[in-house]
Amino acid sequence: MPISTLAFDINKSWRLNANYTVQENVFGFLYGYEADFQGLFNRKSYMFLKKGKKSSEKKLRVRIPYLGLGCLGLFFFTVIFANVISPHDPYEGDLADSTLPPAWEEGGTTRFLLGTDMLGRDVLSRLIHGSRISLLISVGCIAFYGTLGVILGLISGFSGGRTDMIIMRLADLWSSLPGIILLFMLAAVYGPSAKTIIITFGIMGWPYYGRIVRGESLSLKERDFVRLARVAGCSNLRIMVSHVFPNIVNTVIILATIDIGGIIVLIATLSFLGLGTQPPSCDWGLMLAEGRQYITYAWWLVTFPGIAIVVAVLGFNLTGDWLRELLDPKQKLR
Amino acid sequence: MQGYILKRVLIAIVTMFVVLTVVFFVFRMGAADPVSIMLPPDATPKDAQKLTKKFGLDKPLIVQYGNFLKNAIRGDFGASFRYSEPALTVLFSRFPASLELGLVAFLMALSIGLSIGIISAVKPDSFIDRFGRVFALGGMSVPSFWAGVMLILFFGVTLRWLPIAGRGSLLNFIMPAFCLSLFPIALLTRLSRSAMLDALKSDYVVMARIKGVPEIRVILIHAFKNASISVVTVIFGIFQAMILGSVVIENIFSWPGIGRLVLTSFFFRDYPVVQVYVLFVTFLVVMFYLLLDIVYAYIDPRIRYQ
Amino acid sequence: MKDKQLDTENEELLVLKDVKTSFFTKKGVVRAVDGVNFTISKGEVVGLVGESGCGKSITSLSIMRLVPQPAGKIVSGEILFKNEDLLKKSEDEMRRIRGDRISMILQDPMVSMNQLLKVGYQLGEPYRYHHKVSGSLREMCIGLLKKVKVPAPESRVNDYPFQFSGGMCQRALIAMGIANGPDLLIADEPTTALDVTIQAQILKLMKDIQRESRSSIILITHDLATVAQICSRLLVMYGGRIIEKAPVKTFYKKPAHPYSVGLIKSVPVLGRPSGRLYSIDGQPPSLLDPPSGCRFAPRCTQAKKPCFEIYPPETILEEGHKVSCWLY
Repeated sequence: MPISTLAFDINKSWRLNANYTVQENVFGFLYGYEADFQGLFNRKSYMFLKKGKKSSEKKLRVRIPYLGLGCLGLFFFTVIFANVISPHDPYEGDLADSTLPPAWEEGGTTRFLLGTDMLGRDVLSRLIHGSRISLLISVGCIAFYGTLGVILGLISGFSGGRTDMIIMRLADLWSSLPGIILLFMLAAVYGPSAKTIIITFGIMGWPYYGRIVRGESLSLKERDFVRLARVAGCSNLRIMVSHVFPNIVNTVIILATIDIGGIIVLIATLSFLGLGTQPPSCDWGLMLAEGRQYITYAWWLVTFPGIAIVVAVLGFNLTGDWLRELLDPKQKLR
Repeated sequence: MQGYILKRVLIAIVTMFVVLTVVFFVFRMGAADPVSIMLPPDATPKDAQKLTKKFGLDKPLIVQYGNFLKNAIRGDFGASFRYSEPALTVLFSRFPASLELGLVAFLMALSIGLSIGIISAVKPDSFIDRFGRVFALGGMSVPSFWAGVMLILFFGVTLRWLPIAGRGSLLNFIMPAFCLSLFPIALLTRLSRSAMLDALKSDYVVMARIKGVPEIRVILIHAFKNASISVVTVIFGIFQAMILGSVVIENIFSWPGIGRLVLTSFFFRDYPVVQVYVLFVTFLVVMFYLLLDIVYAYIDPRIRYQ
Repeated sequence: MKDKQLDTENEELLVLKDVKTSFFTKKGVVRAVDGVNFTISKGEVVGLVGESGCGKSITSLSIMRLVPQPAGKIVSGEILFKNEDLLKKSEDEMRRIRGDRISMILQDPMVSMNQLLKVGYQLGEPYRYHHKVSGSLREMCIGLLKKVKVPAPESRVNDYPFQFSGGMCQRALIAMGIANGPDLLIADEPTTALDVTIQAQILKLMKDIQRESRSSIILITHDLATVAQICSRLLVMYGGRIIEKAPVKTFYKKPAHPYSVGLIKSVPVLGRPSGRLYSIDGQPPSLLDPPSGCRFAPRCTQAKKPCFEIYPPETILEEGHKVSCWLY
């Protein structure tokens, strides 16, 4: 949404406000103060609101998660402009520059703002490039299991009967197993890598999406436009693809936004354990794992990658919560 | 009720069987074969043949599968390469440490998460509510391994207040238990809060108040009993999260449990131990699921009378 | 006070004096109940009629002091129950009154019962929390179920609400309401969620119970036929205010307020085909920042200039019949 072009008057700025307690300020900073918006929901997006409510003229009180959107903005900025803004090559380092502290510490140079690791690689550049890896793998996971979930959910919801029962039983069984188990098995076979992670979560993650898509398609199935399509002689496949699917895309997008933060944490965790991406990748979790050996004298190696993860995850979590509250007020999607 | 439990037990057995099968085929067909891992580099082909015969790897796959199942039922999953002991024995020797840590973290999560969640819902926008929401956000956004590393850096390396590795004294518990329960507390706080808010808004709670039921009983008996249905579902999610969590935390704090065992075994390609770990954890999960299903039926009569 | 006693021989049980209840929402202050006055005498059955969203339910929740928190608040007024102001009571004193002296039946029986607790347990609660109890309340609960004519009460007492039908749930709720023989029973649309045949049974049950126990009943409904069946007096509510008070017979013969006239006209009469059913044009008023004049004025066909500016005072037409309208 083009926030910058909106006409809005913020009645509470995000800066510390003397009229509020410290506690309220912290809270407002994290979750956003309320602001009056005009025309945030124009014709295009009004379908998100309750039917029949034309809100284009009305003032809408919405809270904006400045912190969340800010974090997300920063994250995507580094993803898009990684090559432009990173001061050094993330994979090349000079051993002469090994373990230099951040610029403001004693012994640090402005050449390496956040210091270097033991191979002399610039931490900042590695962090910036790490954002790409995080996004790539997490989107890969979600795309994989999202697709699987949507397809199985649609089939389940549409065919009903025995197929439905089998798929849902499978979903129950699947979601009861911890993903780490499959990961250990697959990593034993194919070796730990980003691909293994994507395949593991691709296989493990679908039941949640499958259940929700099934529920949605069950109710859509009874709607008039689907019945009409059936009367008009559309095949089941055609109805699913061109009539039902467009109506569940929104739901799937919300789900994905909410999920992505958790997936980033998970991927970083696995890389940290050595079960994910392998050196010399600049995955944040891997950077942390590598830095852990030098924790006694190179605190920056374990601190900054963690902060990067928290910024990205906070961005996705806050924005996801906000989206859910905005678009799914009844909290159908837990 | 009996039929319901029987059905659940049946599902649990089927699940275990499926996992056994998958484990067998994945490890037997995919993983590097145990013979080449076990043999010293200067072994002759004859030695290899001998070992292949010993493991029964020369027989057809289906026979191997049968043997595997037979041995599995007897509790024999082969010997660990590293410890030259039965893999199951190795695993069981490490399990108490994991159980200890897991139980402490689980109880912490349950007591802290539930109480913050309930108080938040009863007094929305109070200090506890806001603190709980910020804490929940933090717990969801801060990876537990980073929290662990940062705690070690701060309390272990800089301040030198707490031991950074190993098991033994009560002080050893503090950091691992906190890190392991971080995410569960966050999840539980968040969910119990929203479930309680829903319940407190409902008509049966108004009705209970109309009847003059004391407020504390309205909250704990009428509202919480209903909210606990969704809480039970989340407890299962917590259990799953704690399995991954135990691998992470035990490795960071050098806690001698099964999470640490499986990761080192994995990197030493000690696959019998990994295999046993996978099966054992699945067994735990399936048992826990069964237990929750029964608790669920105990709470919700509609399930019992189906 | 203008609101003088109408039945001097009867004792006043409940007196509402200028009660105002508001909801403080993000959009503004919703004045759900905006200065309501009425009196209920002992043993009287009074109907409170109005369309949905006019503040009927909030009025009754205000009497119970159970207005949804934290948005809702009783802003001002007095609620005298047996000459004691309920608004001045502590929360614990209120709890002791609720379910004992004043009790209430909610609209939807299926969701008003806690699905996870046995019917017997829920039936026993009003007694348990207002008396010293030693031993089981089973016999008492069976007695209550018998009173509300639930078949096979001995086994039903151990059932869960989902094993009950809607009508039986409502009977059980009524049983909870009368468990302690309250002085006042508020029934908030007790029959709307039920089938028509069950509705009649429930109404008959309430009538019987009232005759036996001599409790006062406030029957909240939007259905005039229900009122006609069991009420002796009737209050019409519109836009958060009471606009007309009348004995039922008088009301049906000559309703005074234009809104009441519209209500009566819109009731279909058996055997008199009238073509299209009468309906009052327009929408019920928003209680968010309501206008200062008569709430009904925008929809009223006889509205004049003062109607839009000043709220009409209560006029006494005859004994017990009062109306707030500039026409009189």
